[in-house]
Amino acid sequence: MTSIAASDRLRRFPFPYPQDQYRYSTNVEPARRPVITEVGEWGRWTIDVDDEYEAELREREEILATDPSRCVVLPHMRAACWDTLLECLGEAARANPSTMSLIRDGHSHIWSNALLGEERRFVIGDEDTLGAEPLAYTGSQVQEDIVLLDQREGELWADAGLVTFAADWSLGFDVGMSFLEVHGPVPRVHVEGVIPRAHRFLLRLEPHDPYRRTNWTMSVGRRLDQSTETYPEWGHDRVAVLEDPGLLPDRLQLRVEVQHLIRLSGSAAILFLIRTSMVSLRELATVPAWRVRMAAVLRELPQDMVDYKGLTRFRDPAAAWLESVEAAATVPAE
Amino acid sequence: MTAAGAQALASSGEAANSRAPGTAVREGWLLLRVARVSTAGGVRSLRLVSPAGDALPSFTPGSHIVLEVGGRTNAYSLTGDFLEPTAYEISVLLIADGQGGSRWIHDELEVGRELSASPPRSAFAPVASARHHVLVAGGIGITPILSHVRAARLYRRSFEVIYAHRPDVQAGPLRELQTLCGSNQPTLVHSRAELTATLRSRLSGQPLGSVLFVCGPGSMMEATETIATELGWPSERIHIERFSTAALDPGNPFTVKLARSGRQLLIPSGVSLLEALEGAEVPVPYLCRRGVCGECRVAVTAGRPEHRDLFLTDEERAAGDSVMCCVSRAHDALLELDL
Repeated sequence: MTSIAASDRLRRFPFPYPQDQYRYSTNVEPARRPVITEVGEWGRWTIDVDDEYEAELREREEILATDPSRCVVLPHMRAACWDTLLECLGEAARANPSTMSLIRDGHSHIWSNALLGEERRFVIGDEDTLGAEPLAYTGSQVQEDIVLLDQREGELWADAGLVTFAADWSLGFDVGMSFLEVHGPVPRVHVEGVIPRAHRFLLRLEPHDPYRRTNWTMSVGRRLDQSTETYPEWGHDRVAVLEDPGLLPDRLQLRVEVQHLIRLSGSAAILFLIRTSMVSLRELATVPAWRVRMAAVLRELPQDMVDYKGLTRFRDPAAAWLESVEAAATVPAE
Repeated sequence: MTAAGAQALASSGEAANSRAPGTAVREGWLLLRVARVSTAGGVRSLRLVSPAGDALPSFTPGSHIVLEVGGRTNAYSLTGDFLEPTAYEISVLLIADGQGGSRWIHDELEVGRELSASPPRSAFAPVASARHHVLVAGGIGITPILSHVRAARLYRRSFEVIYAHRPDVQAGPLRELQTLCGSNQPTLVHSRAELTATLRSRLSGQPLGSVLFVCGPGSMMEATETIATELGWPSERIHIERFSTAALDPGNPFTVKLARSGRQLLIPSGVSLLEALEGAEVPVPYLCRRGVCGECRVAVTAGRPEHRDLFLTDEERAAGDSVMCCVSRAHDALLELDL
């Protein structure tokens, strides 16, 4: 990868720390408002198409071919999946008018996507016209992972999803669980009321009023698929990365999720979009403010959060490296 | 035409600038033009479109809009297409001794007139996982049921309709219902006794996982709920359309005193405390503006806050020493803040 690509990544990177101390919070804010960072911006749209569009969609296709369980739709979520298709393709078209369009033509829609050479006329509710299940089709056109929550009897249920780029969790395990069950293992958030508050917020979310938040972890290598299913393939890297300290700043990535929360208007389900971006510590350290902030966050992070995020082994070496860097001497490289 | 319903929302402000002065469109509301009116059996049906010809925002079946009609605001169920509709359709019963909204629609409103409307609000949504939908309507209460039937047909959900109406009225909505139902025609009843007998029969033989939706006159909804409860329906499976708006009410005006500067600000009804502070250039950190995130908490030094947020615990509310200024207001005429 060239340094030009790396700097494009930095320009779009949703750096996730507003302060030197990080804690879980119900850090939701209205979506579609660009955030200006030290080196660029992010957040103008709920669907983001970037330079890695085709590569990531190819990767998703391969993952789904190997493991179809990454796309699950319980039967009652059919309407929500059609809604998701319209929401995501419509937003992609608004964000990328030179390459994508979604046109209504009587009872059908025409989706055009020049990036993939795709042109499709479909009728809502008629899977045959789409040539695919609508959630699967959506996932072939946008980079975001997708979870759909059905709302019934005062609770939210994760009843459908297409997730190929999970950070240490499994859609197949979570599907059918309630929102509160899904978040059962997260430390602190229950005592501090973060999850119940988020739950109440989501129950009241209105259509046409999308919200967003960020979440973060760290991972070894630029591997998007760090799902529980493939843990045997990537879990060992968390140990191996420490064997050669010289490789640590290039291999270790700050992995950030921009999550969008959207009440789908037709089905009243909640669309939860997860978009993952990564930059290596070495790339990140080229931005002095980020380097200082991230070192401070890592140093201060309480041990239970470190353990839950899977940072136990490399939190201290990562912070130490960031502190040791002279920003001026660092050149983007990979 | 674009497929983007959201664009109609986003562009409503722009549309507001291009029309005759007189009424202002509230922030986030839509400007709609009356494209067609038809009256039959005491019910006037309106077709409302975007003046620019855009698709309107999609809505959840069972949703309503709030319309500004003759100086008042009334809620009306949307009866038409719910996905990227080219128009919103409503049906309004003339209520001779009402507060004037329906009279104005029947007597004054003409094609071409522009109205200010809230975005659709959902408080009567179908249950996607239900095994069977029993849809019970009385009189003009058929309106939200019409869009339920549309969704059930589109997504091939199991449903049945029981409709109580007087034979001489609601001819328009009835015809629409019969057309929408196709081969699955509604059960029509014409008296309270007939409705009770039908409900006792139909509600006693449904499969587990059925849900009941009821919209009609208050006494009819209560009677239906009573019968369903007697027959063992769990309350979670009984959905009543009460036309309560989910949004917070505008609240009473009150005065805020800023303890550090001694300044006083009047907070009018419909303006949030946070908006008023921003207007007076008193910065307060905020994120969600919905009373959820906890960011805009401000310390209270005198007066009783009216808590309308989801953030504070019961203990913190009772203490009364802080307020989430994005949604909460004051019980007293004066609230003093540590600002």
